[in-house]
Amino acid sequence: MTHYIDHILPAPLRKHPAVFWVGVVLIAAALAVMPFVLVSHSMTSWVRITNFAILFVFLSLGLNIVVGFAGLLDLGYIAFYAVGAYVYALLASPHFGLHLPFWVILPIGAAVACLFGVLLGAPTLKLRGDYLAIVTLGFGEIVRIFMNNLSEPINITNGPKGIATIDSIKLFGLDFGTTTRIGDFAMPGLIKYYYLLMFMLIIIIIINLRLQNSRIGRAWEAIREDELAARAMGINTINLKLLAFAMGASFGGLAGGVFAAIQGFISPESFTLTESVMILAMVVLGGMGNIWGVVVGALLLSFVPELLRYTVEPAQKALFGRQIIEAEVLRMLIFGFAMVAMMLFRPAGLLPSAVRKRELARKAD
Amino acid sequence: MDTFLQQLVNGLTLGCVYAVVALGYTMVYGIVQLINFAHGEVVMIGAMVAFSVITALAGSGMPPLAIVLLSLLAAIPACMLVGYTVERIAYRPLRNAPRLAPLITAIGVSIILQHVALLIWGRNYIAFPQIVRTESYVLTTSVNSATITNIQIAIIVLSVVMMAGLIALIYKTRIGIAMRATSQNAAVAGLMGINVNSVISFTFIIGAGLGAVAGVMVGSYYGIAYYQMGFLLGLKAFSAAVLGGIGNLGGAVLGGLLIGVIEAFGAGYMGDVTNVCTLNQFLPGFAAMCDANSNASLLGSNYKEVYAFVVLILVLRFRPSGLLGERVSDRA
Repeated sequence: MTHYIDHILPAPLRKHPAVFWVGVVLIAAALAVMPFVLVSHSMTSWVRITNFAILFVFLSLGLNIVVGFAGLLDLGYIAFYAVGAYVYALLASPHFGLHLPFWVILPIGAAVACLFGVLLGAPTLKLRGDYLAIVTLGFGEIVRIFMNNLSEPINITNGPKGIATIDSIKLFGLDFGTTTRIGDFAMPGLIKYYYLLMFMLIIIIIINLRLQNSRIGRAWEAIREDELAARAMGINTINLKLLAFAMGASFGGLAGGVFAAIQGFISPESFTLTESVMILAMVVLGGMGNIWGVVVGALLLSFVPELLRYTVEPAQKALFGRQIIEAEVLRMLIFGFAMVAMMLFRPAGLLPSAVRKRELARKAD
Repeated sequence: MDTFLQQLVNGLTLGCVYAVVALGYTMVYGIVQLINFAHGEVVMIGAMVAFSVITALAGSGMPPLAIVLLSLLAAIPACMLVGYTVERIAYRPLRNAPRLAPLITAIGVSIILQHVALLIWGRNYIAFPQIVRTESYVLTTSVNSATITNIQIAIIVLSVVMMAGLIALIYKTRIGIAMRATSQNAAVAGLMGINVNSVISFTFIIGAGLGAVAGVMVGSYYGIAYYQMGFLLGLKAFSAAVLGGIGNLGGAVLGGLLIGVIEAFGAGYMGDVTNVCTLNQFLPGFAAMCDANSNASLLGSNYKEVYAFVVLILVLRFRPSGLLGERVSDRA
């Protein structure tokens, strides 16, 4: 981290450990104040956008375990997100009349997503990575088809109409769905969610960092770089690949549950191939296997399309009198080009991890 | 009218289309061991270009067959160009890169192609102009009968002709020998004086040409086209290629026909088989559902897209080398 600061600071301060912590505290303070600044400048929608950006960071970090750490291409990652979201929605909404607490549902959602991951991974992980890619691609679509159609003969998912009025998160007697007032000080639900998400994000990043440097993380890295050699070193490659897949899936399920709670409404439309591709683009852009890179990639690809929405569409109307390219289409084109260009010119990502850089620069045999 | 024969006819028609698309996957895989994710999009572009040509010429008073032929003549080179460009830009520079890289560019390319098509042809379903009048013929056997339309006959005949042409190309011509040599060992083929790069380009071009025809066939069979049509079609055709044994031409054809038939029978029968009243006779507990709606079934025709995928999973689980494949698919 420190070498980024090297160029700004005078020499005597460069190596001082306090500099790092001062930086961390300043960033934390800025992030803590940010939502209030946004709200007071009537930019409440940006708090919402930030919340969803953080959710995408969760998802990207989950996919990063699969794609980045273990080197397995998962093209249907959104399916696990969908599973988590539906588990939450079914267990905490008037749809079945169940209202289980957040604490109980979240692990259930993660476990169910994990189960799906294992079921899907078990037959395919023995084979080459390409097969996993195409099977996950199909799986993402199949999950969506089932969610669209499981409304009869028994109404489980309510079909394309989706499930509405999902319970908001309630923790320690605090309802995250409503505004809390302490005297004159009002704290809208969005901001409470922002803090909750930030807190979860810190935990997830710590888990990821610890995971990367653990025995398992190193084994994944070995598998990614040379599966045959890893097996020769005594690594049970199939089990470890399955573990990566299952862990990625449970992170997806977890994020899905939080998404359902924040959004309050879910339908199969939120879980299309487009979303899977978007998350993959975030991981690729940030640098597969690089946790900080993936965080930056996810934030970048979450905010840039929103900025485009506010700039490109009015700009086109001003210039040509009509809208030629919708921001939505432009966003997807950017994702597509980002993936191709990154692989061609900067395969290790915007912020490459040293190991990954070496590996991707190496010519395979 | 009998369901069995009718679904068989429909399934074989669809199967022919899948087979032609699957040939594109399997040829590319045989030569560069790469799943060309963008192949489904090439098929979509074929359908879209043909749509534009047919719409432009529909009012011109030309004979309908000539218009269809012209649309094919426009779609094929357009797709070949797309296929060539994709290989040249997105795959060739990464031929020696780790496996993950070309897979990711392939996904990127297919997203780009989809959204470029969206910009040109719009977001909505496009009705494919039916300029050739559909005529039905009745097939009769001693026990049952079914109808087959002239479009279905054209699809089947055209597919058989293309498959025969492809086999002749690969087994009887110099370029075919070069292709087979490259697929066995590209490095040695290069030493024997074969220009490996142009052979690979040629393979992509031929695959894309077949894809263009398949696109026109799908468009005229279903009567609709839209920018994401290549995704599911590609997935099914890929399942067909894996079912037959990827890298194996005969396998792709067999797999395509099987997937088509399985899908047609799935759509035709699974609704009846899983009807809640039928299930009620064997399993208790469905009685209430049967009383509520006697037509409800657990797996209706809404699930027809699922069967190809189920086949894919089963094949990968129990016979990853496919029906006719010899190579082990986990070869690194």
